[in-house]
Amino acid sequence: MSADAKLAGTKGPAAAWRRMQAMVLRYVYLYRGSWPRILELAYWPTLQMIMWGFLTIFLASKSGFFVQAAGVLIAAVLLWDVLFRSSLGVSLSFLEEMWSRNLGHIFVSPLRPGEFVAALTLMSLIRVLIGIVPASLLAIWLYAYSIFDMGLPLIAFFANLQVMGWSFGLIVCGLLMRYGLGAESIAWFAIFAIAPFSAIYYPLSVMPDWLQWIAGVLPSTHVFEGMRSVLVEKTFRTDLLINAVALNAAYLSAAVAVFLRFFRSARERGLILQIGE
Amino acid sequence: MSAAPAEGPPAAIRVSKLTKSYDDVLAVNRLSFSVPEGTTAALLGGNGAGKTTTISMILGLLLPTRGRISVLGIDMLKRRYDALPRMNFSSPYVDLPKRLSARENLMVYARLYGLRRPARRIGELAEELDLTAFMNRPSGTLSAGQRTRLALAKALLNEPDVLLLDEPTASLDPDTGDRIRTYLEAYRDTRRATILLASHNMAEVERLCSRVMMMRAGRIVDEGSPAELIRRYGRANLEDVFLDIARDRRRADRGSERPGPERTGPERTGPERTGRAA
Repeated sequence: MSADAKLAGTKGPAAAWRRMQAMVLRYVYLYRGSWPRILELAYWPTLQMIMWGFLTIFLASKSGFFVQAAGVLIAAVLLWDVLFRSSLGVSLSFLEEMWSRNLGHIFVSPLRPGEFVAALTLMSLIRVLIGIVPASLLAIWLYAYSIFDMGLPLIAFFANLQVMGWSFGLIVCGLLMRYGLGAESIAWFAIFAIAPFSAIYYPLSVMPDWLQWIAGVLPSTHVFEGMRSVLVEKTFRTDLLINAVALNAAYLSAAVAVFLRFFRSARERGLILQIGE
Repeated sequence: MSAAPAEGPPAAIRVSKLTKSYDDVLAVNRLSFSVPEGTTAALLGGNGAGKTTTISMILGLLLPTRGRISVLGIDMLKRRYDALPRMNFSSPYVDLPKRLSARENLMVYARLYGLRRPARRIGELAEELDLTAFMNRPSGTLSAGQRTRLALAKALLNEPDVLLLDEPTASLDPDTGDRIRTYLEAYRDTRRATILLASHNMAEVERLCSRVMMMRAGRIVDEGSPAELIRRYGRANLEDVFLDIARDRRRADRGSERPGPERTGPERTGPERTGRAA
């Protein structure tokens, strides 16, 4: 039997999907054989939720606002973690390839860069779900607060923060390709640069005017404003959702372009075979 | 440029005026060669001669500054992904994930290459390359020789028509190295595959290769079959020829063994040929 006959088709969406699944399988094997990695996924979201949950209980005893808007801090913590974990999910999966000096094999396989990007984002989604779902369920048990009570708006908030995290993660991957493992710590701290301007725990209106303008170009700001609107005013604001979706479309397009540009630059500079520990 | 003989098999790999420069460093300088289908050729040269750079450009891991590359008739600079499913490579300088077992690593790559029956092919390779006993062990716990065989198994998963091998028997004991060479010869002959390798094992090159391209400073400074080169340089083996070339001891200095004027061409007339005599 010829090799061609032994190979399934290498073109088209079905072949692309198979290659993406192969990359996800690679990470599944990795996590299956490493309990510390699994633990790390759920550890921080759970810990954060517990701390902020107690803070919510304390504040509710002192402030009418927190009585009225039950769970606004817990929801903010969990949704911020979606954004953070989503970004980290992309960049850590990429870092796994750098740590194992495997990029040379990956990039001479039929896997295209776009498929690799898709596999990283898929893996990011899986990591976020593993991290956030247990913490959310624990919040129901500990504080009688269910983030799922937000209903359909929660899906919109989650999706927007997930996509924004992908964008940040992809830009970090590009920087890692260009600057190597010396830039590894960027994966951990990059996303925190936007935390003060995302109106996570406080409304946009508390910021100075000029800062509000900066905050307004972040999709996350519109998500957290929308979240407070749902929890405090019991209103779902479509305008904020549209803003977030439009900004995310621009961010993701730019991030994919940046990743591909850095990939090309790495090929021009001969960096792919040099990447490693 | 040295093309395949007109009456011979078509070229599986064809490289034309390939150049790679990094700022002011010229890593590969107007390199031209072709490797006929179903044959094994070697790129030899000292460290920094440009072998790995050349192989990286053929694979598409590195973009050339100038020049053209075609593999199996496919332009690698324009349609790389049409050729990649029919190619593969192994190198001791690129690892497989250490925390994955040998079987898991092969399964991932079998799926990346789109094998219809990955488990069967992995089983075949495990047996042929004597990997069966440690297929379930994490790759990072394998010995250097076992890892080399695993990398070779990965390179053979898709039964490639073109195989690029960097130090294919590095870290293998003589017995295993010999068996791998026998395996590669059989693979090439039965599959009519084309193999381009870079190696510092001259005995291996003499045995496997019908053609050797000697590189220095990013250029091919001489080429021919191992027997031709040995005869031309008046040496007993390819290792001595390698040392002559690496140290720029020109054939002219070998006296009566010097070959005739047939060795001409742009890639053999560069400044490195006018350097010091030994």
